[in-house]
Amino acid sequence: MKAITAENIRKSYKNGKETVEALRSVSFSVDRGELFGCIGPDGAGKTTLFRILVTLLLADEGRATVDGFEVVKEYPEIRRRVGYMPGRFSLYQDLSVQENLEFYATIFRTSVKENYHLIKDIYVQLEPFASRPAGKLSGGMKQKLALCCALIHKPTVLFLDEPTTGVDAVSRKEFWEMLKRLKQQGISILVSTPYMDEASLCDRIAMMHDGQFLKTDSPQNITRNFQQPLFAVKSGDMFELLHRLKKMEGIQNAYPFGEYHHAVMKSGMDTEAYLREHLAESPDLEILPVRADIEDCFIHEMQKH
Amino acid sequence: MKNPEKHYEYAITADALSKHFGDFTAVDRITFNVRRGEIFGFLGANGAGKTTAMRMLCGLSKPSSGEATVAGYDVAAQPEDIKRNIGYMSQKFSLYEDLTVTENIRFFAGIYGLSDAAIREKSASLLRHLQLEAEKNKLVQSLPLGWKQKLAFSIAIIHEPKIVFLDEPTGGVDPLTRREFWEMIYTSARQGTTIFVTTHYMDEAEYCHRVSIMVDGRIAALDTPAALKKHFGAASMNEVFLQLARQATRQAD
Amino acid sequence: MKEQFLAFVRKEWFHIWRDKKTLFILFGLPVVQIIIFGFALTNEIKNARIAVVDRSRDALSQQYIQRIEASRYFDIESMLGSANEADAEFRKGKIKLVVVIPENFGSDIRHQNKTQVQVIADVSDPNTGTTLGTYIQAITADFQSDINQGQKLPYTIQPEVRMLYNPQLKGAYNFVPGVMAMVLMLICTLMTSIAIVKEKETGTMEVLLVSPLKPVLVILAKSTPYLLLSAVNIVSILLLSVFVLGLPIAGNLALLIGLSLLFTITSLSFGMLISSITASQQTAMLISLMGLFLPTLMLSGFMFPIENMPLPLKVMSNLVPAKWYFFIVKAVMIKGVGMAIIWKETLILTVMTIVFLALSIRKYNIRLANH
Repeated sequence: MKAITAENIRKSYKNGKETVEALRSVSFSVDRGELFGCIGPDGAGKTTLFRILVTLLLADEGRATVDGFEVVKEYPEIRRRVGYMPGRFSLYQDLSVQENLEFYATIFRTSVKENYHLIKDIYVQLEPFASRPAGKLSGGMKQKLALCCALIHKPTVLFLDEPTTGVDAVSRKEFWEMLKRLKQQGISILVSTPYMDEASLCDRIAMMHDGQFLKTDSPQNITRNFQQPLFAVKSGDMFELLHRLKKMEGIQNAYPFGEYHHAVMKSGMDTEAYLREHLAESPDLEILPVRADIEDCFIHEMQKH
Repeated sequence: MKNPEKHYEYAITADALSKHFGDFTAVDRITFNVRRGEIFGFLGANGAGKTTAMRMLCGLSKPSSGEATVAGYDVAAQPEDIKRNIGYMSQKFSLYEDLTVTENIRFFAGIYGLSDAAIREKSASLLRHLQLEAEKNKLVQSLPLGWKQKLAFSIAIIHEPKIVFLDEPTGGVDPLTRREFWEMIYTSARQGTTIFVTTHYMDEAEYCHRVSIMVDGRIAALDTPAALKKHFGAASMNEVFLQLARQATRQAD
Repeated sequence: MKEQFLAFVRKEWFHIWRDKKTLFILFGLPVVQIIIFGFALTNEIKNARIAVVDRSRDALSQQYIQRIEASRYFDIESMLGSANEADAEFRKGKIKLVVVIPENFGSDIRHQNKTQVQVIADVSDPNTGTTLGTYIQAITADFQSDINQGQKLPYTIQPEVRMLYNPQLKGAYNFVPGVMAMVLMLICTLMTSIAIVKEKETGTMEVLLVSPLKPVLVILAKSTPYLLLSAVNIVSILLLSVFVLGLPIAGNLALLIGLSLLFTITSLSFGMLISSITASQQTAMLISLMGLFLPTLMLSGFMFPIENMPLPLKVMSNLVPAKWYFFIVKAVMIKGVGMAIIWKETLILTVMTIVFLALSIRKYNIRLANH
């Protein structure tokens, strides 16, 4: 049995006079014990999808199951089984770390003691602050506490909606390490993030944009399947270089990429030589063939749609 | 102005700038200069003191000690002059969602005292550049996030400020629009505007001319991205950042 | 089930207890209101010095002056020849008020059945001036009804007073039931409606919804601490009014407290209803204020007598729960009557409570509202 299945989920809502299509026919499934990532910018429809799966919203069309239960009719079963961490920190700011945890444990009819082994790794970092109000924790600590609260009833499927947004790079890295350990304990995890660099930490990802899944596969397969020749180009004047690249006929797409610009070549172009010829005037020119990463693939898929 | 030459060269100067809240030192004697037309990346983990430092530079908060000038004006003594000469945009607030595109442009341009004729001309060229002419009478809330942020940036520089402060301008924006946004930043810097920007995306740190990284209220590193990577023996700015941020001892937000 | 409930109540209690400012208001407000109202209304002005200008100098005017003299509120400092002389006396601060009896005071009354007196009050201290004016009116009315005894065509003496603020002198203790109604409304309706909506705003509601908690349980657990707070307030208001204001409780204390708890539950369920249908604290607060405070203040009979209202307002006042509670408290506390007199009002409150509760449980969303 799959941890999550979704078939042709559609959802639209009214924003003033306009109808916004938040989800346009989304289908996917998550295996047991899989760490599945929804990667996409704000407004891609990630939160709407999560809310439908955790039974907070009803889809206009399509059907979905979580842990084998149907999201509309069998919602009480799902609510008993899943852990959910919404995009906003779902903690009581005026309750202490320990009070928050105990409260969530009790409403899920369990106790902190019973499932302490699940959260132990994470909670030891929080223990020194056990009596501090949640509102006075740093972003990274709040996020760890929210994760503990979502885990305390030993959920079978864990939904984490943008857990790393607004959290600094160090905490983000730690957070993903925690997720890997949870996965090893057999919990299926659906996580969403706007950060492309987090994709490689998932078993499989869905690149999400404008209410659709652009592509669903393992991050390795996605980058491997990027067909076009790709070059990283650098010069003494990056601004001028970008304009030049954008004007070249043999280049399908050029954009800044860290310290380089990436140039996606049209298929069949004899590439490096072509670049060198056209960029001869640029000072300190450096050209490297590179392999696409998730961000290149995302930009590529976005432009196809 | 004590030293006009220095202020001609630098858009921002900070000299042992500090801010204390009771016993807590949020910003601890930071010293740096930002050149005119420079894109200056201001990085740091949550709670490192970025926001407090930025507030002082924008004239919103008085330094406890030390000095700083922005556009040649002293942050403690002349905050009003500073506010007239800078633009500001943040991820959290930038535009009024319940006003239309045109109304937002008119409002912000009006605040800075642009004449009606200037506003008309500016908004026409702004809408043309952003290709927002068809959407000009739509409410801002109906625009995709990336467009909003691009519009917000254009509005932040509508009064042609000498310096523009950008606080995580691209958070949550899709990779394509994020790059378009940075192209706007580049163009603006080319025209002489100084850009002071914070971001959580480490690839964006690479787009800056120079980057400073704050740890526990102090500036732990300041240099060009290339020099920083070399110095820390790191392959990317992300690694540089992680190396530095891990030294942090402070636990605050 | 029981543990869930207790854990929830404990959490609510922490929220209330840690928000010291609100807590202070919740407990301070009834005390302050009772004291302010009590001070303003029980601190009677006695032996205020006044002057009289008697232009009529007849038997009736003498009688009238004696009546004023006899009251413990006034001391007649001087008899003046004309109203102009009063000016100087006022300036010196010698007198607070002048009563001017016109010429032909007695004969007007005999021949035309009506006459007037003019009352000029020193309003540099508006409260005292107003109060004294009111006292003179009351005395005049008394005097008038005395001379009307055995009359076929009634006499009228019209006092002409500048300040027409007109609290009923005799119903001075109206405010205690009024304050009780207002305080219970504030705590129960406003605070509970905010308490639920706050969870929607901060996002914690999302997690509560995605949990096995039953809606009924959330609603009950949310209201329990406020029920307790209100009980404390009821007791403190009653203690204050008995021991500080010297207002005795004429009726059955248990009945009074029991019915007050009923009204508390009415208010709580109304608060729950508001929070079920609103999404932001601001809206909840506005609805509570506009939909409750103003009607409670205006239409409960506390500030303005309902009998004097135009028909549409009279009809509307029936929808205000506080009106019925106000009646009950007045009846039990001041008149000392029992259930036999107030069963109808009690029934109305009970029905209102059931309707509010049923609606709020029905309206409690088991999912999030569509954007």
